[in-house]
Amino acid sequence: MALANMNLTLKVWRQSNNKAKGNFETHKVVANEHMSFLEMLDVLNEQLIQEQKTPVAFEHDCREGICGACSMVINGQPHGPQRGTTTCQLHMRSFKDGDTIVVEPFRAKAFPVIKDLVVDRSAFDRIIQSGGYISVNTGQAVDGNTLPIEKDLSSQAFDAATCIGCGACVAACPNASAMLFTSAKVSHLNLLPQGAIEAEQRVLSMVNQMDEEGFGMCSNVTACEAECPKEISVTNIARMNRQFIGASLKSDKMA
Amino acid sequence: MSWFSNFLTSSIGKKLIMSLTGLFLIVFLLVHLTGNLQLLMDDGGRQFNLYAKFMTTNPVIQFTSYGLYGFILLHAIQGILLWLKNKAAKGSSYAVSNTKATNTVAGFAKNMGWLGTIILVFILIHMYQFWLQMKLGYVPMVEYDGVQVKNLYAPVTETFKNIGFVIFYVLSMVVIALHLWHGFQSSFQTLGLNHKKYTPFIQGMGKLYAVVIPLGFALIPILFFLRNM
Repeated sequence: MALANMNLTLKVWRQSNNKAKGNFETHKVVANEHMSFLEMLDVLNEQLIQEQKTPVAFEHDCREGICGACSMVINGQPHGPQRGTTTCQLHMRSFKDGDTIVVEPFRAKAFPVIKDLVVDRSAFDRIIQSGGYISVNTGQAVDGNTLPIEKDLSSQAFDAATCIGCGACVAACPNASAMLFTSAKVSHLNLLPQGAIEAEQRVLSMVNQMDEEGFGMCSNVTACEAECPKEISVTNIARMNRQFIGASLKSDKMA
Repeated sequence: MSWFSNFLTSSIGKKLIMSLTGLFLIVFLLVHLTGNLQLLMDDGGRQFNLYAKFMTTNPVIQFTSYGLYGFILLHAIQGILLWLKNKAAKGSSYAVSNTKATNTVAGFAKNMGWLGTIILVFILIHMYQFWLQMKLGYVPMVEYDGVQVKNLYAPVTETFKNIGFVIFYVLSMVVIALHLWHGFQSSFQTLGLNHKKYTPFIQGMGKLYAVVIPLGFALIPILFFLRNM
C-alpha cells in the first residue's frame, strides 16, 4: 500500500529544566498515517539530531499502551484526540495532511517539568507507597481457588486495576486533582478480600499522601474519565469518598 | 491535629463541607420560594406580611436563620478557598485546552467559582434591599385586625417597579440555575453516592430543580413589574 506523506507543523514545548522558562518551538515534520504519534516524534528527533540540535525529550517505554510512560497533551487533550488510547497507540491517521499539532507536557504543580515533555510523576509512586499494596507473608503461593471472589466484584476491581498510572487524569483536570488515579488504586485493592483487611488504613493513608503531594480537589468535572486512556470510571471517586468518610469516622486511628 | 480536624481539612473533607452546606442551601431555596410565592396572592400583601412576621419572630425560625447565614458564609468562604487552592495546584495553564467530559450535567463545573461569586454579590444586595431595611425598621407598618405588622410587601412592590432591578433579579436567577445545574448532582457524588440505580434520577432531579426553582423566583419580579405597569 502506498504511504501518503503527511506534512505536519508541530508546535512543541521546549524547556531545558525545571527552573527554565519554557516556550513553544515550531518544526515541520513529514510523517505517514501508519506511524504512531511517538514514531512521528522519533522522526522529528532524527531530524533535529541531523541538524545538530537537541532532540525533544519525551517519555516512552512499552509503546503498546500498557506501561503508562507516555505523557503529553496533544492539541489540548492528554494522549490526544482518540478516546481510550495512550499517546503511543495514537496513530497519525487521526490527523490530516497540513495539520498544526500543539504538543505540551502534562501541567500540574505536583508534576514538575523535568525537560521538554517529561514531567516528574513520582508523586504517584509515593501515593502507591503509602497504601497501594497488600501485606502478605512470604511462602508458597496460595491455591488459586482458596478465596472465592464474586464475579461482579472481581470485574469491578479489575476495571479499576487497568489504571496504568499515566497521570492523564491529573493533566486533564482543571484542578490537577489526582482523585481518579488514587480512587482507582484504592478501589482495585479494597474491593477484593485480600485488600479488604487493610481497607480503612489504605484509604486514609493514600488520600493523606495525595493531599500532601499538592494535588487539587475534585470538582466533579469528569474530564479525567473522558481523557483516561483506560476509561477508569468516576464511580471509583465516589467509592473512595464514601470509604474515606466511613474510615475517618470508624477507624481507631485518633490522628 | 485531632482526627476530626484532619478529616475536615483533607481534600475530601473540604469537599464534604461544600456538599453538605450546598444541600442545606438547596433545601432553603425551596422553603424560601414557597414563602415568597405568597407575594403573588392578590390581597395587597396581607398573607405575605403575616408570613414575614412569623418568619422574623418565631424563635425556631430565628435559630435556623442564624444557621443559614453561617452555612452561606461557610459555603462561600470554603468555595473561594478551594477555588484558589485548585488554581495553585494546576499552576500553569495549557496553550490549547480541549478536554472533554463524560458527565454532560457537569458542564458548568469549571465555572462554579465565578458563578458562586456572582451569587454571593447578589445575596448581599438582596439582603441589603429587604432584610436589612426590615431589621433597621425602615419598612412602613400596616395594621391587620388591630395588630401592627411590618409591611415588607411595600418595598418589594417599590423595588420591582424599577426595570433595572427586575433584570438584575432575573439574571441572578439564571446564574443560580447554572450553579445548581452542576451543584445539585455534584453534591451527591462528593458524598460518595454514585450508583447506576439512582444517579440518573439524581441528575434528572438536579436539572429539574435547577430550572423550576430559579424560574419560580424570577416570576415574582416579572409579575410585579407587569402588574404595576
